[in-house]
Amino acid sequence: MSLDKEKIKHVAKLARISVDEAKVNSLTKDLNSIFKFIEQLNELNTDKVEPLTSILNQSLRSRKDEISDGKIREKILKNSPKKNEEFFCSSKGG
Amino acid sequence: MSNITNQSLSEILESIKSKKISSLELTQAYIKNIENAKKLNAFVTTTFDQALENAKKFDNKPNNEQLLSGVPLAVKDLFCTENVKTTAGSNILNNFVPSYESTVTKNLWNNGAFLLGKLNCDEFAMGSSNETSFFGNVINPVGDHLVPGGSSGGSSSALAADLTPATIGTDTGGSIRQPASFTGTVGLKPTYGLCSRWGIVAFASSLDQAGPMTKTVNDCSIMLEAMSGFDEKDSTSINKKKETYSKNLKDNIKGLKIGIPKEYRVDNMPKEIDELWEKGKKILKDLGAQLIDISLPHTKYALPTYYIVAPAEASSNLARYDGVRYGYRSQKGKDLIEMYENTRSEGFGDEVKRRILIGTYVLSSGYYDAYYLKAQKVRQLIKKDFDDSFTKVDAILTPSTPSSAFKIGEKTNDPVSMYLNDIFTVPVNLAGLPALSLPAGLDKQGYPLGLQLIGKALDEQKILNIGYAFEKNCGYKNEIKKWWS
Amino acid sequence: MSKEKFDYFINGEKGKYEVVIGLEVHAQVLSSSKLFSGSSTKFGADPNKQVSLIDSAFPGMLPVINEECVKQAVRTGLGLNAKINNYSVFDRKNYFYADLPQGYQISQYKNPIVGEGKVLLDMPYGSKEIGIERLHLEQDAGKSIHDMDPSSTYVDLNRSGIALMEIVSKPHLRSPDEVNAYIKKLRTIMRYLGTCDGNMQEGSLRADVNVSVRKVGDKNFGTRCEIKNVNSIKFMQMAIEYEANRQVELLEDGKEIDQETRLFDTKKNETRSMRSKEDAHDYRYFPDPDLLPLKLEQKLIDDLKKSLPELPDNKKERFIQEYGLNSYEANVLVSEKEISDYYEEVAKLSDKKLAATWMMGDLFAMLNDKGLNISNSPISAKNFAELVQSIKSGEISGRIAKEVFEIMVESGDNPKKIIESKGMKQQSDPKELEKIINEILSKNKDKVDQYKAGKEKLFGFFVGQVMKLSGGKANPQLTNEILKKLLKG
Repeated sequence: MSLDKEKIKHVAKLARISVDEAKVNSLTKDLNSIFKFIEQLNELNTDKVEPLTSILNQSLRSRKDEISDGKIREKILKNSPKKNEEFFCSSKGG
Repeated sequence: MSNITNQSLSEILESIKSKKISSLELTQAYIKNIENAKKLNAFVTTTFDQALENAKKFDNKPNNEQLLSGVPLAVKDLFCTENVKTTAGSNILNNFVPSYESTVTKNLWNNGAFLLGKLNCDEFAMGSSNETSFFGNVINPVGDHLVPGGSSGGSSSALAADLTPATIGTDTGGSIRQPASFTGTVGLKPTYGLCSRWGIVAFASSLDQAGPMTKTVNDCSIMLEAMSGFDEKDSTSINKKKETYSKNLKDNIKGLKIGIPKEYRVDNMPKEIDELWEKGKKILKDLGAQLIDISLPHTKYALPTYYIVAPAEASSNLARYDGVRYGYRSQKGKDLIEMYENTRSEGFGDEVKRRILIGTYVLSSGYYDAYYLKAQKVRQLIKKDFDDSFTKVDAILTPSTPSSAFKIGEKTNDPVSMYLNDIFTVPVNLAGLPALSLPAGLDKQGYPLGLQLIGKALDEQKILNIGYAFEKNCGYKNEIKKWWS
Repeated sequence: MSKEKFDYFINGEKGKYEVVIGLEVHAQVLSSSKLFSGSSTKFGADPNKQVSLIDSAFPGMLPVINEECVKQAVRTGLGLNAKINNYSVFDRKNYFYADLPQGYQISQYKNPIVGEGKVLLDMPYGSKEIGIERLHLEQDAGKSIHDMDPSSTYVDLNRSGIALMEIVSKPHLRSPDEVNAYIKKLRTIMRYLGTCDGNMQEGSLRADVNVSVRKVGDKNFGTRCEIKNVNSIKFMQMAIEYEANRQVELLEDGKEIDQETRLFDTKKNETRSMRSKEDAHDYRYFPDPDLLPLKLEQKLIDDLKKSLPELPDNKKERFIQEYGLNSYEANVLVSEKEISDYYEEVAKLSDKKLAATWMMGDLFAMLNDKGLNISNSPISAKNFAELVQSIKSGEISGRIAKEVFEIMVESGDNPKKIIESKGMKQQSDPKELEKIINEILSKNKDKVDQYKAGKEKLFGFFVGQVMKLSGGKANPQLTNEILKKLLKG
C-alpha cells in the first residue's frame, strides 16, 4: 500500500500534529519507504499465531485501596505554562 | 591523582575507600574534564554545585559500606531527577523540572552516588546517532566527525571521554548497546522488568529498560546491582530477590554452551564484523565454552515488527505532551485543537513526529489488524525463537552492530538505513531478554566494535560472567586521544 | 395485579414505530482511592487537591491497579447474573481533550472483566428481562470549566482516574418507562452490593443513551444515535422522547438518519449533533503496555460470590413467601436495601402485613414530606414496630395510632410511653363501653326509634357519638358489636 498526502494529513490530525505544507512531500516519501520496509511482515503467515499481549509471564499485581497520594496541588501546578492558584488553564473550546 | 578519571569505577571506589582520594577531589576532577569537553556536547545540564556539596558531605561522614560510596555520576536526561531539569532531549520538555526522582536514579543515590549532570540523548530516545536531540548532536570522542550512537549517545560519549566514572542509559531497541559498541564501552540491557521504569520518560513501554554503561564488566555488575530491584510502583516490575552480581562475578565459563545464530550473518555485513565475531567465538572456545549453531528464523522480521510496536506505543505515550500541565506551549492557535497542534508541532522534532505518525497510523481504524496485531503475532514468533534456542544453549553470541560508528549526517536523510543499525539489538528488546555489549576490537579505521551476549530472562549473572571472562582474554584496550580539550 | 399492555409506539403516517434503546451506564465504583493511583475519590474537594502525579500524567508515571475496584466490578457482575472473565485486558482509548491528561483513557475493550448478564424489570405489563452485554472498568476524566474565565478553560483533575464501571445493556429497552425502571433497578442492585452509591447529582451514575426506531414488526434495527453523558433519569426520558420523534420525522420525510453522537440540551429540551463526521473519533485502542493482563483466580470469584448480600430479586421472593406480602408491597419494600432492612426489623417484632401497610403509608409519606431517607428516619424501627403492635393488639385504634405517630415524629419517643402518658389507650372493656353506649342511646331515643324503623344509616351516627364521648379511644370493633346488640334489644 502507499500513503498519500491526504491520508498523512488525516493521521496528523488524529495525532494533533500540524504538518507543514512545505515538508509534506518529503514526509510522504520517508513514510512510504518506512512502510515498504515494515510490510516485509506480509511474507509471514500468522493466521494461527496468538498475538503477544505482554512479554512478562505474570498476572497483574494490585495495590490495597488506601489513600496514599494527592494533596500536592502546588507540585502538580508548578510546571504548568498557564495556571492560577487552583487550576490548569487550557485554551478555549473542545 | 591526575589520572583518576580514566580509571574504572571499581578502581575509583577502591581509591575512595582507602582514602587515596576524597570524593571532593574526584568530583572536582570530573568537573574539570567536563568543562574541557564542551565540544562533545554530552551534557544538557550540569549540577556541579550540588555535586560538590554532596562530595563534601560524603567526605565529612564517609560511609564505605555502600556499592557506590562517594561517586559522582552523570545520567541520561531521560531519568526524571527531583528539582533538576529533565528534558528527554526535547524542546517540549525544555523547561520541565520534576518534583520527583526516578526509582532507578534514587536507587543509585541510595547506594552512595550523587548526580553530576544530565546527559544528552536522542529526543525521547528516538534515534541511533544522537542527532535528533533538541540540544544538538553529540560527538563521539573516538573521532570529531563520528556519531556516538544513540539514543544514549551523551552517556556513551561522556563515559568514553572520562566525564563520568560510569553511567546509565535506556534501551528500547539498542539504545545502550549500540552506543556502547560505538565508543568501546560496556553496555547492558537488563531483562524487561528488572529495573523499574517509574520516573523514566517513556518511549515504548513494553520495550524500554534502563541499564548500566561502564568501562568494565565488573563496573557493569556493580551498577546493575545498585540500580535494579523490585518496585511496587511499576506494574511490570519483576518481584524477585535482589542479586549480588558483583560479588558473584566469576570468570570460569568452562562447559557453557554458546549459541551462534546463523541469521545474524546478514547481507552486506562488513568483513570486519564477521572477523570480529570469529575472534569472539575463538576466545570463548579457548576458555572452554562449547559453540553450538542455532537458528533464530524470524530475526529478519524483528526490525519491521519493532517499527510498528515502538511507534504505536510512543504515539500514545507522547499524547500527554499537550502544553497544559507542563512543558512547552505554543502561543499560537485560536482554540484548543490548534493549541495542541501548534504546541506539538513546535515542541517535537522531525523524527519524533515521524514516529508518532507511524504509530498513529498503525493503530488507526482499518489498519490495526494489518499492522499492530500482525506485529504482536510476529513478536510472539520472535520470542518463541529465543525460547526454543535457550533450551539448547546458555547464551547467544552475536555482533552488537552491523558497522562501527558512522559519520555525523551520514544517515540523517534515510530513516530506513538509520533504523537498520539496530538490526542485531532489536530482537532482544522484543523478547524482553538481557544482553550485554562488550568492546571486542577495532575496525581498520581504528573505530571500536562490539560483540553482544544475549541471555535467558533474568540470567544477567551468566552473561556478565561470560563477559568478564571474555574481557580478560580479549586484549581490547580503549585508547582514545583527548583531542577535544 | 391487573396487567396492562405495553403501549409505547410512535404513530406516523406511514406506520407505527417502535423505539429501540440501549444504555451505556457509567457507574462510579465505591472505593477510597482511584483506579490506578492512591488519590482520594471523595466528592467535593477543592480543585486539584485530589490529584497525584499519575492522575495528571507526568512523564514516567505508571499505573498500579486498586484491588478493591477489581472486586467491586466482580461483585457487580455477580449481581447482574453475569459471566465473570478470569482473563481480562486493559486497553488505551486514545483521544485528546483538555481534561484527559494522559491523552488516553485506560479502559477495557476486547476483553472486559464481566461478560453477558441480565436484569429483571417489573413493569405494569409483567416482568421483562434486559440483557447485559458487558461490564468493564475504566478511568474517569477530569473536568473542564468553561465559564470561569473569558479567555481560558479551567481544568480540575480531581475526578481524573476515579474508577468507573461501564455497564452496557443490549438493545432491549423499548420505552422511557423501561429506561426509568432499568436505571433504578441497576442502582438498587449496586446499592445492595455497596459497589456504587448511585448518586446522580454527584455524577456517580450517568449514561450514554443509544436510540433508534423501526417500524413495528421489522426485524432489523434502524440507524442509531448516541446521546452522550445524560445525568438524570428525567433527562434520559426527555432525550429519548425527543430523539425518537426526531428520527421518526426524518423517516417519514423519506430522509436518512446519520449514525452520530448527539448531546441533550436540557434547556431547550432537544438533542443536537456533537461533531461532524469528518472529525469522527478513531480511538486507536490497544492493550496498555504499562499493565499486564488481569488474571482472576476462580477462588477469588467464588469467595466474592459467597459473601454477596441477598439481592433485591431474591429478597422480594422471600418477602412474599415469608411475610405474606403481595408482589407490589414486596417490590416497594426491597427497592432500597435500607428500606428492606428497616422493614425486616419491624416485621420481626410486629405483625408483618400491618407493618408493610403502615410503612408504605404513613411512614413513607412522612419521610417524603420531610425530605428524609429511611436511614435518618426520626422513628426507629423498634419504636415503629411497637406502634404496629399496639394497633394489632387493639391497644389503640388506627385513628389514635396516627396521633401517636405524629408525636413520635416530633419527639422520637417510644409509643408505649406516649400512649401511657397521654391516656390514649383504647377503651376495650365491654362493660365500660356498654355504659357509654347506653348513655348515648338513652339520650337519643328518637334516633333509636328511627333506626329500628329501618333507617339503618343512623348506625354511623351512633358510632360517631361513641367515639366522641370516649375521646376516640373506643375500640371500634367492640363498639360495633355492642351497638348492634343493644339496638336490637
